[in-house]
Amino acid sequence: MFKFLFKRLLVLVPVFFGVTLVAFGFIRALPGDPVEVLAGERGVTPERHAELMAQLGFDKPMWQQYLSYVGDVLQGDLGTSLITNRPVVEEFFELFPATAELGLCAILFAILLGIPAGIIAAVKRGSFVDQGIMSLSLVGYSMPIFWWGLLLIILFSNTLNLTPVSGRLSFLFDVEPVTGFMLVDTLLSDEEGSFWNALHHLVLPSVVLGTIPLAVIARQTRSAMLEVLSEDYVRTAKAKGLSPVRVIAVHALRNAMITVITVIGLQVAVLLAGAILTETIFGWPGIGKWIIFSVFSRDYFAVQGGLLLIAVSVMAVNLIVDLLYGLINPRILH
Amino acid sequence: MKKTLLALSLGLGLAVSGAAQAKTLVFCSEGSPEGFNPSLYSAGTTFDASSQTLFNRLVQFEAGSTKVVPGLAESWTASADGLEYTFKLRKGVKYHTTKDFTPTRDFNADDILFTFNRMWKEDHPYHDVSGGDYKYFGWMSMGDLLKSIEKVDDYTVKFTLNYAEAPFVSNMAMDFASVLSAEYGDVLAASGNKEDIDHKPVGTGPFVFKSYQKDAMIRYTAHDDYWGGRSNIDKLVFAITTDANVRYQKMKAGECHVMPYPNPADVAAMDKDPDINLMRQEGLNVGYLAFNTEKPPFDQKLVRQALNMAINKQSILDVVFKGAGSVAKNPIPPTIWSYNDDVKDYDYDPAKAKAMLAEAGVVGLKTNIWAMPVQRPYNPNARRMAELIQADWAKVGVEAEIVTFEWGEYLKRSKNGEHDTVLLGWTGDNGDPDNFMYVLLGCDAAKSGGNRARWCNEEFDSTLRQAKQITDQAERTALYEKAQVIFKEEAPWVTIAHSVVFKPVRKEVTGFKVHPLGSHIFYDGVDLK
Repeated sequence: MFKFLFKRLLVLVPVFFGVTLVAFGFIRALPGDPVEVLAGERGVTPERHAELMAQLGFDKPMWQQYLSYVGDVLQGDLGTSLITNRPVVEEFFELFPATAELGLCAILFAILLGIPAGIIAAVKRGSFVDQGIMSLSLVGYSMPIFWWGLLLIILFSNTLNLTPVSGRLSFLFDVEPVTGFMLVDTLLSDEEGSFWNALHHLVLPSVVLGTIPLAVIARQTRSAMLEVLSEDYVRTAKAKGLSPVRVIAVHALRNAMITVITVIGLQVAVLLAGAILTETIFGWPGIGKWIIFSVFSRDYFAVQGGLLLIAVSVMAVNLIVDLLYGLINPRILH
Repeated sequence: MKKTLLALSLGLGLAVSGAAQAKTLVFCSEGSPEGFNPSLYSAGTTFDASSQTLFNRLVQFEAGSTKVVPGLAESWTASADGLEYTFKLRKGVKYHTTKDFTPTRDFNADDILFTFNRMWKEDHPYHDVSGGDYKYFGWMSMGDLLKSIEKVDDYTVKFTLNYAEAPFVSNMAMDFASVLSAEYGDVLAASGNKEDIDHKPVGTGPFVFKSYQKDAMIRYTAHDDYWGGRSNIDKLVFAITTDANVRYQKMKAGECHVMPYPNPADVAAMDKDPDINLMRQEGLNVGYLAFNTEKPPFDQKLVRQALNMAINKQSILDVVFKGAGSVAKNPIPPTIWSYNDDVKDYDYDPAKAKAMLAEAGVVGLKTNIWAMPVQRPYNPNARRMAELIQADWAKVGVEAEIVTFEWGEYLKRSKNGEHDTVLLGWTGDNGDPDNFMYVLLGCDAAKSGGNRARWCNEEFDSTLRQAKQITDQAERTALYEKAQVIFKEEAPWVTIAHSVVFKPVRKEVTGFKVHPLGSHIFYDGVDLK
């Protein structure tokens, strides 16, 4: 187990350097620089421009800038945002819990609905139910997030008046951020009704963000189940006279799960991409929105730092998935 | 479950009106502030959240106009040569008490010195705090302008200038000139938390800062001891909502009272909504097409006039602005004093334009039109605008290619004069005509690149310089009116449009005024029914 973990961690070292290089290069490859973008129509004199760029260290050769960036990162310093003058790490971790909370709820929604739907489709293969589930999942997979989000807001928030339009919590509640996870913070606070309000705010964004993963998980579960259901050991289990529920839940599902978990792990990257749009639509104060804003304003340090931290969290999730794998199928550890 | 949901949603629906005992106004702002010290930043979003709520300036703009009225200064006088300005300060002005700071004295001249010296003097202990880049202070050339700032007594301050600059008083009303607390500065310096002055603001304004959650919400409470009288609104909330569609949905659902920057496509529906009062005002801006007058044939006045006549501005207004704009004939918008309404614009006349081009000896002209890659209030769709101009010019035998770059690159290259003709615009800073004409059309700007037409007309320039030296507004008006006549005759630009700013406000809000400078002000008579 430890050897496995060690090997996995070792692989992350080159990945880490790759990510720093990409994050560093990407934002600099975009035309325009922070000083110019900020000045806008007003313009900035070449002298002042040079002075400000030098102040920020952008006048040095690229390789020197990169080395000092990596040096700082290794010491845990991701720099200061050019826009807000606050440490990038501080900004990131202020916003990250919102994205994590939304992502967790979305993936939970996708798993809770996707796996059963996939199983039913597999068991009732070729039936009307199967075709219905598969067509719906195709629709879900191809759904443009922005359109889907607005549609749900118009229907549930305005026409039916069932959910709030956007935000994480009504302004009526003044909850002190402790963990940054609104569901936890509202439970910790003494503001009555705030937990329900926070949960209420989570419904639509989770559904929107979870739609694509839901479709993928349902399809993946179905095909994995179909494969497993035709295996000899399942036939044997059936022949032994076990109940169909036991055959599916114990013998088939556990083996089908290996592929499904890989797919769930891969959805993390999809979730983060989807978070950018979902957070914009629902006014969700997370890192997706923040990173887009930072790119537009050419906030070099925020983009570099933000992308790196996002990459690290994706790597962490993938590592956890790999470990989970081992638990389900111990053969992989060897 | 269904019942719980319904009960909850009813609770939410009533959220805005339900909190009747404490009057809470919710503003669905369009973004997060960069910080809470307006002198360091440049976005209107930041100013709304800081200077307009938390701070005051020596002089201020009257709500809903660009007229300068007393603020922290009760009165001011200028010397005859326009080089000295003496401000008499208001007495009994209280600073905010927050959880980190309790003021022990009222506002006085030390606060003015602290505020301006921080921006101006590089050896000031606070100069380098939070990056030390004071954007508007630099853009308004305050560093070159100021000679000295003196405290005459506790309630009198004298500013001496290096040269006469009539817009100086208007500059003092701008957001960057918001007055901080010197006492708070000392307290923070002593505890080693200087940066807090820009993130945990203490001012004299109508609202007190309570809390800020990035990208989510800013909370304020009324300042009980405000010198101008306590605000009618007890609690002010900025619910940060970046998407315009969502802002509108929130407004409809009653989750906010006021929203900025609606989608042009939603304006018609808002106008019909019985719960919404759609306010409008001509924006303090101008969208234009500048000819590069250094490049032939645009160095000829006749050609510039002809190309002016060849453009059907009304169709641009209909297509690009969808009615949310007005045709511009002067380089300044009609909301600015000295706007010369007697100036006659070039009529749309392709036949005459063609004849004039022939007269100038221009046949088969091939040129380019630069179109901005971004949306701006003065130009919601530059690409479309360029296409319309291209089609209009084709009718008079001018073949134009549309060119575009990424925004930063666009600004840089057009500043260097690489274009033949370029679409751009300007939004005013202080409501002074100088802030449009000198910045965009003066000879200095032709050298530095801000003047995209690279047009330097001696008569025009000397008129503007003369107007800078005089403090009497009537005399200045006459000069600016003359300058507008010269400008129209010389035609360095095609003046295209001034946009109309729409501000949807829920019916329960009373006394809200649309501010020509774009700020959102929730004081000065704003109330909730």
